[in-house]
Amino acid sequence: MTAQVIFDEMNGHDGESRAAYRVLQEWLASAPPQLLEHRREEAELFFRRVGITFAVYGNTEAEERLIPFDIIPRILSGPEWAHLSRGLEQRVKALNLFLKDIYGPREILRAGIVPPELVYLNPYYRPQMHGLSLNSDIYVQVAGVDIVRVDNKDFYVLEDNLRTPSGVSYMLENREVMMRLFPDLVAKQRIRPIENYVDELLGTLKSVAPASSPREPTVVLLTPGSLNSAYYEHSFLADRMGVELVEGRDLFVRDEVVYMRTTEGLKRVDVIYSRIDDDFLDPLVFRSDSALGVPGLIAAYRAGHVAIANAPGTGVADDKAMYSYVPDIVRFYMGEEPILKNVPTWRCREKEALSYVLDHLHELVVKEVNGSGGYGMLVGPHSTAEAREHFRTRILAAPDNYIAQPTLALSTSPIFTEKGLAPRHVDLRPFVLSGRDGVRLVPGGLTRVALTEGSLVVNSSQGGGTKDTWVLSE
Amino acid sequence: MLSRDADSLYWLSRYVERAENTARILDVAYRMASMPISYSEADTNEWESALITACGIDQFRALNGEVTPERVIEFLAFSEENPSSIQSCFNTARQNARSVRSALTSEMWEAINSAWLDLRRYSTKKIDVEELPRFLNLVKEASLRYDGSAMRTMLRNDAYWFSRLGVYIERADNTARVLDVKYHVLLPQDAEVGGGIDYYQWAAILRSVSALVSYQWVYHQNLRPWLVADLLILREEMPRSLAACYGALSRHLDDIAHRYGLSGSAQRQARSIHARLVNRNIEDIFQHGLHEFLHEFLAENNRLGLAITQQYLG
Repeated sequence: MTAQVIFDEMNGHDGESRAAYRVLQEWLASAPPQLLEHRREEAELFFRRVGITFAVYGNTEAEERLIPFDIIPRILSGPEWAHLSRGLEQRVKALNLFLKDIYGPREILRAGIVPPELVYLNPYYRPQMHGLSLNSDIYVQVAGVDIVRVDNKDFYVLEDNLRTPSGVSYMLENREVMMRLFPDLVAKQRIRPIENYVDELLGTLKSVAPASSPREPTVVLLTPGSLNSAYYEHSFLADRMGVELVEGRDLFVRDEVVYMRTTEGLKRVDVIYSRIDDDFLDPLVFRSDSALGVPGLIAAYRAGHVAIANAPGTGVADDKAMYSYVPDIVRFYMGEEPILKNVPTWRCREKEALSYVLDHLHELVVKEVNGSGGYGMLVGPHSTAEAREHFRTRILAAPDNYIAQPTLALSTSPIFTEKGLAPRHVDLRPFVLSGRDGVRLVPGGLTRVALTEGSLVVNSSQGGGTKDTWVLSE
Repeated sequence: MLSRDADSLYWLSRYVERAENTARILDVAYRMASMPISYSEADTNEWESALITACGIDQFRALNGEVTPERVIEFLAFSEENPSSIQSCFNTARQNARSVRSALTSEMWEAINSAWLDLRRYSTKKIDVEELPRFLNLVKEASLRYDGSAMRTMLRNDAYWFSRLGVYIERADNTARVLDVKYHVLLPQDAEVGGGIDYYQWAAILRSVSALVSYQWVYHQNLRPWLVADLLILREEMPRSLAACYGALSRHLDDIAHRYGLSGSAQRQARSIHARLVNRNIEDIFQHGLHEFLHEFLAENNRLGLAITQQYLG
């Protein structure tokens, strides 16, 4: 866990090249020096023309920014992926069972495994979901699990992201760009394809349609609108699936049935792939000031006339306090040891942990239990004394809101810079699809990379970039 | 399809078409203004007439006061206060395109997005009058590219038809307004008035709808005012004529009705306007009064736009 020599995905701990990267390294060694620079420029032009941008909140100047793309791929070997995907499947299955239990018989609370207040006082717990039996028993259709590693053995889960995980469009577009720019390199090895993700997503969504829906259910993707930071992804996925991209105002509920307004009149909707936070889904049930949602949607959902993916209330399983119980959750429901590790976590709500955290702020990463996007976070070793004091006050004021983790020596992967290749810290977000008919996973995910030397923050809102992720055939 | 998507497509096409029309109007004003002084002294209000054609004279006066070439260019090409300036048109078009991206082909999106990126570079600095033709050319090319990608890459379904409806409603409106602003120079006269200012004015009208050469191919004679009007109102082979626009409008509205199995007042209105255009001749129109005719037409065109919105886009 505290290995001092940082593990590099290409060069391991000791600079010796790892097998999965061998073809890439040979190719890099033989490529003319100008080639990479040219390709990098072409890639940027491509992203700009296609308009793959994201909006940064509260930043009017750079209203639409490109997420920097690095042209050096991140590579996983076949066996590494096999291990990782088994672990992901196990974990997401357990989390789905956990949600079904929490909103049903609550056996795990009675067994004393998870403290009840973590459920009931959780802002993402939705009492409206209680006692509701879903046709598919699936709560989390799409999970974007953040994975990191510190050596060549273990994968650690950093976050489960069970609400509206994004980034899959970058995964797909990054591959598209790499195939265009480096056809010869791509052809030199057997990279497992990911292009079928969209088909798998649509299959998953159709599989959870309500029992009453027709054989070919009508699926829509619900977006907050074109000002949302992930709007590009919403339109991309709707387009590739061939389903309507709807906003709340396009939908309408009558007699507990959801319709969309079309040029041919009203059309019934069976499955909603929602990319809106629960809070905004239905002003009659959640936030009454929401203009994004659909009045009556939850009533239609409770009546079993429409499926919503992911289900409202999944956030209760992915906050950072609940995170620390996930290994126990896996053991409880699966009767197996977790395949993927958790990062050791101090829950500031516990007295001993709190005092340890306050004494070790300079070496820990402190996170808000409900924060996301890299906001509201203290990276101890890179912080100023002032920032640590500030956090100390905040933690003491509301210890339940914070957890702390050791600063991981995240693995690095080379990126292309003006001065040649240089290692930067990376993580990986594979997308796990769960339908009535099982778990689907495409081999790969979105590799995010901290572009600043030494930085550990990979979030795109904080200057992170992305890479294509290759999983080699076994 | 979603009503909101159809609405965005319709307006996206209208705004691209409007940007191109404004570019043509500016182009003509620029040409007229750079004519030798002996021709242009009789009529120095070319820039003002550009404003009237583009429907912006009152707003312009309120914002700018006196009409100068620089101010008119700024107002029609770049002003953010003018919702129909070329720049505003592309901003709105791109917003619409963004909100309806899944209904566009990637070629159409790239046409809009790269035009928006290219044009934005011009607005940051004050444009030089010398540079204007290059800018206007860029606008025309962007519109051609958008239109061409729509024609070549879109599925022939309702999305395509709604986007075409936007093009033709806007185009008919523009052609009628170009004629209306100049109707005084088209008043029929017994004798042919050769050369001089009139000739340039007629040529300017034709040029602003890209029809100067077509005129020669259709009539094989010198410019005559009633023939200019005939070409732009009644000739179906002339792609910007009112008759051609209405041919296309009623065809595409019928396509929609056929697909949906339901026809409504938009179809009836388009068909009736088209039939009246086809059955008129230009002498009739002049007798009735060209200005009155165009005035009525603009109102009817507007009503059809509203009917389409009510029937499908609301």
